[in-house]
Amino acid sequence: MLSTQKISLAKVAAKAFITPLTIRTFASSAARNVSINLHEKSFESYNCEAPALDVEISKEELVRMYKSMVTMRRMEMASDGLYKAKLIRGFCHLCTGQEAVAVGMETALTAEDKIITAYRCHGFTYMRGGSITSILAELLGRKAGISGGKGGSMHMFTPNFFGGNGIVGAQVPLGAGIAFAQKYQGHKAATFSLYGDGASNQGQVFEAYNMAKLWELPAVFVCENNRYGMGTAANRSSANTSYFKRGDYIPGLKVNGMDVLAVHQAVAYAKEWTVSGKGPLLLEMETYRYGGHSMSDPGTTYRTREEIQHMRSNNDPITGLKQRLLEFNIITEDEMKAIDKAARVEVDQAVEEAKASGEPDISEFWTQIYQKGTGVPYVRGREPEEFHRY
Amino acid sequence: MSTTLLRSARLASSLSSISRTFLHQGLPVKHLHTSLKTHYAASGSPPPAEGFLPGVANSQLIKHTHHDALRNPELAGVANGETKKMNTFQAINDAMRIALATDDTACVFGEDVGFGGVFRCTMGLAETFGRDRVFNTPLTEQGIAGFGIGMAAMGSTAIAEIQFADYIFPAFDQIVNEAAKYRYRSGGEFNVGSLCIRTPCGAVGHGGHYHSQSPEAYFAHTPGIKVVVPRGPIQAKGLLLASIRDRNPTIFMEPKILYRAAVEMVPVGDYELPLGKAEILTQGKDLTIVGWGAQLYVLENAIQLAQKKMPGLSVELIDLRSILPWDVETVCNSVNKTGRLLIAHEAPKTQGFAAEIASTVMERCFLRLEAPIQRLCSYDTPFPLVFEKFHVPDMIRCAEGIERAMKF
Repeated sequence: MLSTQKISLAKVAAKAFITPLTIRTFASSAARNVSINLHEKSFESYNCEAPALDVEISKEELVRMYKSMVTMRRMEMASDGLYKAKLIRGFCHLCTGQEAVAVGMETALTAEDKIITAYRCHGFTYMRGGSITSILAELLGRKAGISGGKGGSMHMFTPNFFGGNGIVGAQVPLGAGIAFAQKYQGHKAATFSLYGDGASNQGQVFEAYNMAKLWELPAVFVCENNRYGMGTAANRSSANTSYFKRGDYIPGLKVNGMDVLAVHQAVAYAKEWTVSGKGPLLLEMETYRYGGHSMSDPGTTYRTREEIQHMRSNNDPITGLKQRLLEFNIITEDEMKAIDKAARVEVDQAVEEAKASGEPDISEFWTQIYQKGTGVPYVRGREPEEFHRY
Repeated sequence: MSTTLLRSARLASSLSSISRTFLHQGLPVKHLHTSLKTHYAASGSPPPAEGFLPGVANSQLIKHTHHDALRNPELAGVANGETKKMNTFQAINDAMRIALATDDTACVFGEDVGFGGVFRCTMGLAETFGRDRVFNTPLTEQGIAGFGIGMAAMGSTAIAEIQFADYIFPAFDQIVNEAAKYRYRSGGEFNVGSLCIRTPCGAVGHGGHYHSQSPEAYFAHTPGIKVVVPRGPIQAKGLLLASIRDRNPTIFMEPKILYRAAVEMVPVGDYELPLGKAEILTQGKDLTIVGWGAQLYVLENAIQLAQKKMPGLSVELIDLRSILPWDVETVCNSVNKTGRLLIAHEAPKTQGFAAEIASTVMERCFLRLEAPIQRLCSYDTPFPLVFEKFHVPDMIRCAEGIERAMKF
């Protein structure tokens, strides 16, 4: 992923994005913008044009991307530690190595766009406005958790992030539905439904494709292809591993998901495509997870350590962005170290806050089954006289 | 179920936490067996507070010895054979091994079965029988069920695995609308009797919403299929072989917590246990208790707890084994003898299978009933994450239910 400093004549339109996390400043002077050329192999298209390879982006944005990825990685590493200390129990699917997808996506979208994904959702929750404390507390099953401690690792939500879903593939038709509602309600926004290479063979994914294309919904289907569906390599589960072409009548774009700028570019392009009325689009993010499928999976029985090491050394998204930041003299090594340190401090503090939070009150066991006041008058319990009356 | 049996002393933590935690511990049986032996007659140390050791490993229902195991009249066919110590997943593995060896058309397929499966139930099968007979499917439950139905319609034996019972719902349509109705709607031209779908079910302590469900009630509502739930290795092997060979599509639900926790001396031979027949585990005259799967061990402990308060309480504990068709005769005969019934299961109460049993027993044994039928089931909420211990009917709740039934 070599980038050469080049003054680009084709400019990407600078938009002011407002996200829950950050307020972007409108880059007024050209000196604050950087033009970066993506590697020519960053995109492969199917029935559509690939986005431009030159990205114009502000320095602040790049630094924010770096900070986000570093913080995300720290957060996942903290979760790893907490799981091994048995403070987190049950399931925990970490996205270490896949940070570029969540970060690149968020920087290209607005708060009005919606995202829905499967269970590898901690990174997305963070980018969509979830605080680190609330994410870690949710993992620990505490009151301060983003779902009140009732969901756990796989079920984290924010007002514009629909989770966090446990059943593989089930979130994709949901995404189509959300996109339909956006179109119906006249929002100039898109819905990004993510799923993995393993989920791509679920029938309901194709049902969602069909509905999205039939009704020209502002739905972008994003396949996060990290090469393995749990322990099964993509070529052993899928007759066609060109996931970006699986949409058939839906155009597709394959993206280097380890390069946060490529992701950013592709997502901006996809949003533009769908919102301008061209219907759905399929993105395939070629990415990689260093860890196993979940904390119960060492991740080394179905792939070699050399492969993992190779990806870490040559394709790491954080290292890649770091190189760019240094090359373009955007920040110095010392400033980068300061960001790293600040991220560590922030996450450590969040861990402490999360641990300090108490467990959810037993009264929460009966809440939110139905809408408050409109559901059953009482919930029957384990024995005949055991009721919970509302 | 005599409480005079002295056991090795243990410091017990609070009562409520014992109930489920011991099910997980998977104490090595060998260790416990020796300690049971050495402390059998008398012990210098005081017995545990409850008077018994809870959990699967300490259960009387588990057949720890060769002779114990073979004393079962249902195992007459292998009465002279050898037994081997196996846990539930090994017993299930053995059953599939025998099925594959004795039936050339049999295939085992599902997600990740090739390397042995996420619970090791299919270990070594691909190596022994070949990857054309034991193979992985993509992540596609509806596809797996439909595919299995098609294979079975051609007469081949299809042993499909749904990785967790919580994931069986995409396959629900195929099972209910295709598999169950095939014979009926084709006037007998076709049937999918050689289909068996195996799936791990039940609470496990940390499973949360989607790794803990017990969906037997949904399937019990479907004429045309059979639903079976084993309680341990010996039962699992025999019932699974019966399910595979039964000429009706069968769903075999394996309580996942028992995979390692239950270890028995299992006959190595080829044997089947009858479907549609319940097993009376202990004879009694005061109260009939019906359960299945892992709940039986909770009920056993509940009985022991209750017997402390009501010494001499004589309980007839019945393992239903088959949810569909269920053994109405055995249960009703028992209730006619005792006059009281208690049913417990992990699935939520409303429309759980206990409701079906209670209605039928009410119809058949109305005048004989001395107390309302007790149903100890989970709360009517989605299976929770941190609240699991409150959600399920643990041994304290079941003991209270026993008391209620007896003191009406």
